[in-house]
Amino acid sequence: MSALQLRALHKTYANGVNALKGIDLDVAEGDFFALLGPNGAGKSTTIGIISSLVLASGGKVKVFGHDLARDPEAAKLEVGLVPQEFNFSMFETVIQIVVNQAGYYGVPRPLALARAEKYLSQLGLWDKRDARARTLSGGMKRRLMIARALMHEPRLLILDEPTAGVDIELRRSMWQFLRQINEEGRTIILTTHYLEEAEMLCRNIAIIDQGRIIENTSVKSLLATLHVETFILDLAPGASELTIDGFVSRRLDDHTLEVDVAKDQGINAVFSQLTAQGVQVLSLRNKANRLEELFVTLVENGKQEVGA
Amino acid sequence: MNQRQWIALKTIWGKEASRFLRIWVQTLVPPVITMALYFVIFGNLIGRQIGDMGGFPYITYIVPGLIMMSVITNSYANVSSSFFSAKFQKSIEEMLVAPVPDWVLVAGFVGGGVARGLLVGIIVTGIALFFTALPIHHLGVLVLTVLLTATLFSLGGLINAIFARTFDDISIVPTFVLTPLTYLGGVFYSISLLPPLWQGVSQLNPILYMVNAFRYGFLGVSDIGIGTAMAVLVGTNLVLLGWLLRLLKSGRGLRS
Repeated sequence: MSALQLRALHKTYANGVNALKGIDLDVAEGDFFALLGPNGAGKSTTIGIISSLVLASGGKVKVFGHDLARDPEAAKLEVGLVPQEFNFSMFETVIQIVVNQAGYYGVPRPLALARAEKYLSQLGLWDKRDARARTLSGGMKRRLMIARALMHEPRLLILDEPTAGVDIELRRSMWQFLRQINEEGRTIILTTHYLEEAEMLCRNIAIIDQGRIIENTSVKSLLATLHVETFILDLAPGASELTIDGFVSRRLDDHTLEVDVAKDQGINAVFSQLTAQGVQVLSLRNKANRLEELFVTLVENGKQEVGA
Repeated sequence: MNQRQWIALKTIWGKEASRFLRIWVQTLVPPVITMALYFVIFGNLIGRQIGDMGGFPYITYIVPGLIMMSVITNSYANVSSSFFSAKFQKSIEEMLVAPVPDWVLVAGFVGGGVARGLLVGIIVTGIALFFTALPIHHLGVLVLTVLLTATLFSLGGLINAIFARTFDDISIVPTFVLTPLTYLGGVFYSISLLPPLWQGVSQLNPILYMVNAFRYGFLGVSDIGIGTAMAVLVGTNLVLLGWLLRLLKSGRGLRS
């Protein structure tokens, strides 16, 4: 069964902005799915419609088979939302926020208190349960929104830029937590600007631009379409003039070499030639995130098509 | 109502009650001080010079209207400020994403407004008893009138908050509409003292019906027939409720 099914989803705002121009999308149950796109592409509008905060102008939304228009209560019970902006009362305590949220979903208070302890502990917020929300750090507020979204134990969790403004260490602990709840069977849809995050976490991906889905495939298939990768090699001191036949390379400074490697070439030939010239490579890294390169290419192509 | 909706309703009630009790210095104390000043100045000091009205000492005559005034302003202010704050902080989205039907949302916020209105009304009544004895002529009319009035102004406060875009927008109606209508709604005088033209104009003011029905409940005197007053109260409540449910269904001010 599809966790989420969107058909011909349209949205035109009152000011005339045509944010969605017919989105079709299927997310399978248990998937970890990335919805990517540049600013203003329509990601937040799509998520807003799925979570009932934005009214669709046309089209259908089904969550685990429940039609959002015909049976909104059943559909809403399946969805947990972690929005981009903080949207809780800053004057309430952490425990009040999560327990009240459970109450809106009809979770009895004793069960809500037990779940609050479970999720706040897992997200490292149990010690802060009596603190007012306004006193929390940005990272804590983000984790509070994740705990709040899980209080009714939805089968579909939607996270809109959950790690925006979060430091690396915390981001990694959030990734670990999200992986864990996905492995437990929860379907997750993620929007993010950190493409490394999508590449590391997600199995499938859709790229949305100017209100249309321009790519919808698995992360693996998408990465397989990448023809050239650029590597940066840190060289040991003493490397003189270098030539690497068959590769496009650039010497950035005495210690750094940039090499473009086509998919069918392999990087071994680069090392063989460098070794033959007596050059020692100290380390190697990708110039840019692979998904980032594809994303930029796809969005640029999309713009050219629209422009044409 | 199913169990899930009942839990959601209790949650909103609890949240609303804890909000106005947490900030009791802003919500419960000011009406008590204001009304105590009214009782001292208009009741005791000026009232002694006025003598009887409607067959009762002036302070006894104005007490029901003053209690009603505090119920009106507090019911309205509770819902308008609480709902608008939730909109402003976006915490209203917590309820909008959840399976909370519109009528449960309305019942939750209106219940909070009625609770604060009644609590303030009871406190003000207690203060009034230091200044005058208050007979109870008809308990049923008294209770029904105060409940319908608190509900009506809670509904009004919610409509105001839905339309409001700034905090100024939720103070305009109380300042420029509710306060003048309350003062001209027979709190301090019987409309029988007015020339016939102004008696007619006064009857266009819905607050006149509430104040008089409430006064009837305490003292048994009223410028308006109780049946008419109840019909106006019930009718106005139904009109506001219908309007509110339509606004929520359309997503006005809440869903883009």
